[in-house]
Amino acid sequence: MTDQRPDPDDLLEVVKGEDHRSKRGQLKIFFGACAGVGKTFAMLQAARQLHAEGAAVGIGVVETHGRKDTQELLEGLPVLPRKTVGGNGRAATEFDLDGALASPYKILVVDELAHTNVAGSRHAKRWQDVEELLDAGIDVYTALNVQHLDSLNDIVGGIIGTRVRETVPDRIFDAATDVVLVDIPPDDLLARLNAGKVYLPVAVERARQNFFRRGNLIALRELALRRVADRVNADVRSYRVSHAIKSVWPTQEMLMVCVSADRSQERLVREGARLAQRLQAKWIVVHIDQPYKGDDTRSRETLLTIATTAQAAGAEFANIPGQDIAETLLDYARKRNVTKLIVGNPPRWKFKLFRSRLQERIARAGPEMGLILLSVDDVRPTVKRKVTDEPRGYAAALSIATLACGATTALAAWLLRVFDPSNVIMLFLMTVVFVAMHLGRVAGAWAAFLSVVCFDLFFIEPTLSFTATDTQYFFTFALMLVVALVISQLAARMRSEARVARAGERRASTLARIARDLSSAIKIEQIVSMCRDAITPLIGAQVVLLIPDQKERLVATQNAGFVDLSVAQWTFDHAQEAGLGTQTLSAANALYLPLKASMATRGVLAILPSGSTILNDPDDRRLLDACCSTIGLALERIHFVEVAQDTLVRMEGEKLRNALLSAVSHDLKTPLTAIRGLAETLEDSPNLRVNDRTDLARSIKMQADELKRLVSNLLDLARMQSDGVHLHKEWHTLSEIVGSALAQSTTLLKPRTVQTRLPATLPLVEVDAALIERVLINLFDNAAKYTPPETTVTIRAGASGDSVYLVVEDDGPGLPATDPDGLFEPFARGQKESSIAGVGLGLALCRSIVSAHGGTIRARARKPHGAAFEIRLPLGAPPEVESETADDQTAHPDR
Amino acid sequence: MIKPRILIVEDEADIRRFVRMALEKEGMNVFETATAEEARLNVGSRKPDLMIVDLGLPDGDGKMLIRDVRSWVSAPIVVLSAREQETEKVEALDAGADDYLVKPFGVPELLARVRAQLRRSSTVSNGAGASPIVRFGNVSINLATHEIARGDEPVHLTPNEFRLLTALIRGHGKVLTHRQLLMEVWGPGYAERSHYIRIYMAQLRQKLEDDPSQPVHLITELQVGYRLSGLEISEAS
Repeated sequence: MTDQRPDPDDLLEVVKGEDHRSKRGQLKIFFGACAGVGKTFAMLQAARQLHAEGAAVGIGVVETHGRKDTQELLEGLPVLPRKTVGGNGRAATEFDLDGALASPYKILVVDELAHTNVAGSRHAKRWQDVEELLDAGIDVYTALNVQHLDSLNDIVGGIIGTRVRETVPDRIFDAATDVVLVDIPPDDLLARLNAGKVYLPVAVERARQNFFRRGNLIALRELALRRVADRVNADVRSYRVSHAIKSVWPTQEMLMVCVSADRSQERLVREGARLAQRLQAKWIVVHIDQPYKGDDTRSRETLLTIATTAQAAGAEFANIPGQDIAETLLDYARKRNVTKLIVGNPPRWKFKLFRSRLQERIARAGPEMGLILLSVDDVRPTVKRKVTDEPRGYAAALSIATLACGATTALAAWLLRVFDPSNVIMLFLMTVVFVAMHLGRVAGAWAAFLSVVCFDLFFIEPTLSFTATDTQYFFTFALMLVVALVISQLAARMRSEARVARAGERRASTLARIARDLSSAIKIEQIVSMCRDAITPLIGAQVVLLIPDQKERLVATQNAGFVDLSVAQWTFDHAQEAGLGTQTLSAANALYLPLKASMATRGVLAILPSGSTILNDPDDRRLLDACCSTIGLALERIHFVEVAQDTLVRMEGEKLRNALLSAVSHDLKTPLTAIRGLAETLEDSPNLRVNDRTDLARSIKMQADELKRLVSNLLDLARMQSDGVHLHKEWHTLSEIVGSALAQSTTLLKPRTVQTRLPATLPLVEVDAALIERVLINLFDNAAKYTPPETTVTIRAGASGDSVYLVVEDDGPGLPATDPDGLFEPFARGQKESSIAGVGLGLALCRSIVSAHGGTIRARARKPHGAAFEIRLPLGAPPEVESETADDQTAHPDR
Repeated sequence: MIKPRILIVEDEADIRRFVRMALEKEGMNVFETATAEEARLNVGSRKPDLMIVDLGLPDGDGKMLIRDVRSWVSAPIVVLSAREQETEKVEALDAGADDYLVKPFGVPELLARVRAQLRRSSTVSNGAGASPIVRFGNVSINLATHEIARGDEPVHLTPNEFRLLTALIRGHGKVLTHRQLLMEVWGPGYAERSHYIRIYMAQLRQKLEDDPSQPVHLITELQVGYRLSGLEISEAS
């Protein structure tokens, strides 16, 4: 019995695709074998049809090449204006992407998908413009010729004899919703060409001789038909997956293309792309970074080109360090479950004596993988690699080598009394080994030569002359030379390995440190400083972190002149890199990398390199990418920490509110019950004596006052705790606020003695006077409630350091033995369940108010007894008061 | 003695009732209205000596009523306001009200304010030939010679302090807002610099009050303004 259910992974792929497609615009490609088959014509006809049906169709850009019938089709269709790009005399009109994005059209016709945009446009290629249109949900109709498809580039080049430069990645073609093949037989096409319908008559002859040869046309037509057939195949497959029809590919194919840093290898990549597309397989392009190979900039640039090509064609690129190519490749291939290896087959003459050819070693070692060999015609002469690991300049090295030989000769002459001449040779050999090891290949060879000469001159009879018998010393010389070369090669490799290892170690440790620091960062500022202090020296470029605000607009976290916010915003919105060295907005002087995290893009890293090479180095780029994802994750973590904190605060608020409600309902009901009862007593007892009546009325009044205080506190507390407390701050004198609070609390505090000690020199403080007054009233209320009548209440103030203090103290019984700070918690009271009214809201309110002012309030016990409440408020910069001018004499007639 | 006529403009019947009872007990003639519209008519027909106006009226803002009435009536106006109307209180005073009471208020307080306002308006209207010497507490001020003495000690005031003091004397018993005082003493450019007035008031209190932190005459109306209380104007001899 076969399992009829679809493979969940496959189905997920399909669903993802469909999901992606439903939001994206749909791409319809009119595909043809070559120019003149009538793609634009067919496309415009389709557009007209839609237009007639009332759809919002617009012409983004169409090249009519002066063809009349095409021109006629354009009539009646709305055409978007073009944009002029580029300055200084080289301005050209170009498709206006922003205009198109802003236009009301749901479907846009954008001709010539493979077109290369004028320098200075946002994207380098038109297909990138189309991608952005699709991302924005706009449907696009476009036209494409088979020779512009990336994977077919080589084949077409072989057919028509010239290489086409404008190419479109195959993934664009494969991801298109619809491909319409526009096809006419070659003979008809030639007839059309001759009739002048393809090119204007002047160009016809040239075209016919170069491109429009019948053989060419047949071959191109076949290619186009095949490519469309492949696509249809893929469609069938995806249909099968989504409809649970058992896939014909039981296991996923995985291709791996092994490249070296050489231009000829691009062909390997293109072949890989074609094969991967055929097999519907994922594929990887791998380069093995051998430590002892010198790293000249040219090979690095080549490698970067290969990497970009591979990534554009949908491959993953990996640059793996390894000593042994075959072994490393196979290791990696096994790790990634690779099913087929594609290896270039170098030309015969590159025969190596000791090492067997790469493909043979692979074939021997990894029999479970398919091995595909492609011959690579290495047209370019191999670049002579500069030996970078010569430790010193040649002149210095050679002179040291000469000195060493001289010293050896002197030493040998002195030792000759004891030594046999053959041992003298060993002494010279030792010198050569030493020189080769430390001074490199050239100095080693020079030392070998000098040694033989010296030996011959000074130690072979007759001395100080070269004789015919010396020929045997040519062998000595040859041997020494070989030794020198081998040693220097080994030493160079060792040094180079050590250097690579050191560099790798440096990167790894820096990355580890950055990752560790970032993982412990809890504030965005920490990440910002990390970027500045750790990443900047690491890659030798200026780095600025940009973070979105609440409206998703980016803001630079530090001041840097080079940041172009519009480019950064594009990077952020599209989660794609942009700027210097990329395909998008490459005119910018800095590189912008999105900081992607698992849920969203969290920011953008702007990098201004001091030299342009840094960004082209694959290792540095990998390091940078690693940094970016670590920063992205750290930002995301901080984001979630904030979300969690907010939730916690809300929950706390909820808890507080509930406690408040229960406490308040109790404390509000108590005076209300009393008032109601007392009033009813008055109402029902007409015969009360006047004294009793007054007593009852006074009780009502007192309960009402209590209620008033409670309600004021509640209102203030609610105001303080509602979000965004708005303080009505002004510059006040403390004595005024104290006076006002005392005036309101006189009856409350009676008969206690009240002392004020407020120096006249007290500075102004910027406070919300009504709220600070409430703090004082609450403190007085507290004193009135918890101290006996004979107490003295003192209010004193002063300035110390950068704050102003205000102390309300009494010599009453003092504070409860518990933690004095606990008094400021809402509903805390010195004595539980006391008969004294009030929910313990007063001090909590005091603390909210004082901390809203950026100050502190503390309670402490006084010696020998009593309590003190100290408020500290920050001392700002009081506003200037103009001194009175001398001409103001009118008020002083007596002077 | 003629009974002073008081007009109460308040929409809450219970408040109207106890205010009326309290004032009538003091021997005053009380009229009540519940709306601003009625109040305008009553001001014309009854010609009250004093008005008590609630800021939150059903048919419009008490401030508007005050501004309207102030243009043709000089009788003092006492405003009743709830706590959440703090800024409106200042606006009402700037519009022409003379004093205010915050709800909930006590009857004795209300009566004191009403009496003070009535006394003030009578001295203002009769005060044409008043002597230049005024007093409060143990401080005496000669407005003509600018001589000031506390007890027997002469007190020296700076020009601005003196101007502030005279502004307070002119509006004695009345709540003067920061804005009004700043405009009068320093001029229009200083209307928003309320810290000026706080500093000068503190200086005045240092020089004229017995306990500057618990002033008896130079009273602070927090976040609103100031009031000079206890001023005696000696009749011209």
